[in-house]
Amino acid sequence: MKANPSYLQEFTKGILKENPVLVTMLGMCPVLGVTAFIVNGVGMGLAATAVLIASNLVISLLRNFIPPQVRIPCFIVVIATFVTIIEMLLKAFQPVLYEALGVFVPLIVVNCIILGRAEAFASKNNPLRSVLDGVGSGIGFTLALLLLSSVREIIGQGTILGPDPDTVIHLFGANFEPMTLFAQPSGAFIALGLLLAGVNAVFKRFNIK
Amino acid sequence: MEKLLSIFFIYIFIDNFVLQRFFGICPFLGVSRKMETAIGMGMAVIFVMAMATLVTWLVYTFVLVPFDLAYLQIVAFILIVASLVQLVEIVLRKISPTLYLGLGIFLPLITTNCAVLAVALLAVRQEFSLIEAVVFAVGASIGFSMALVIMAGIRERLELATMPDVLRGSAVTLITAGILSMAFLGFKGMISL
Repeated sequence: MKANPSYLQEFTKGILKENPVLVTMLGMCPVLGVTAFIVNGVGMGLAATAVLIASNLVISLLRNFIPPQVRIPCFIVVIATFVTIIEMLLKAFQPVLYEALGVFVPLIVVNCIILGRAEAFASKNNPLRSVLDGVGSGIGFTLALLLLSSVREIIGQGTILGPDPDTVIHLFGANFEPMTLFAQPSGAFIALGLLLAGVNAVFKRFNIK
Repeated sequence: MEKLLSIFFIYIFIDNFVLQRFFGICPFLGVSRKMETAIGMGMAVIFVMAMATLVTWLVYTFVLVPFDLAYLQIVAFILIVASLVQLVEIVLRKISPTLYLGLGIFLPLITTNCAVLAVALLAVRQEFSLIEAVVFAVGASIGFSMALVIMAGIRERLELATMPDVLRGSAVTLITAGILSMAFLGFKGMISL
């Protein structure tokens, strides 16, 4: 039995070393699907973070009561409950964001990050550690979404804080011709691929492992 | 009939689930390393997706809506998908052991394939009729399998290609998927609903 990592480590590992998107490549569908605009990307990240923290907490509290044979269905029910709550909250308070994210909101249920953290971490650790782990992984996920959506919106549209015309800021003036490829689905794949290559290069350069 | 055909082909070529709508990216990246596994996964997905959409559509229309339980949609659908996968696994093992050996290992993975849940949710959101919903599911899953098989073919060759070290693995796979997705843009506007 190796020594328990400190609480700080539980928190920080999800942000960099085990970043769900950039390192372990989990939960890729929303990462590609909603990152055409920064607002949507970050909104998705926060919604998933909320579900992740809540489900980690509940699963960790219930970890001694759930029989191991049926643990996966139990986890899924817990996660689905929180996703339903988040979906209702978004619908009520952020209808524009809810419309923009579309079917990706209910799809948080099958986001591999959340089930992965439940199975690999929350079902084995105490509630405090599980919550910290959830917060860390959630922040890591949100940061990755922020990074990718910034690249895609700035290069693909030449704006930030779009698509809402009240808040949108055009960065490069009227003569700017945006590279619409990056706003397209194919651009999402290419931008994420290049981002991963960049992350690999940085990790290699600074020997992070 | 015309509408059914357009739904079928739109979700294979134009609104391809993987390349245009980004559903089921995890299995797309995970099991596209070898042609054999890609074909096995594709078959399993076609089978489960059609079944799942049929059942979820019936449950939604005849149970959730009449009893005013539509807010339980997410919980109900994911449970149906999960238990259906389990059921298919058990039945298959009994009825056709050869098919089970072929598909067996892929079946449990399908529960967390978001394409399956997406198809079930979209079928009721777009207010498809029962037949339209099933055709939609079959089309979408064939599109998914096609993308998977194409990708597997490319990746078998990519393994041997020379490239910068940092690109190797998922980075180059994603960029390839991007180019593939660009190629599929060519179908855009061919048919519409």
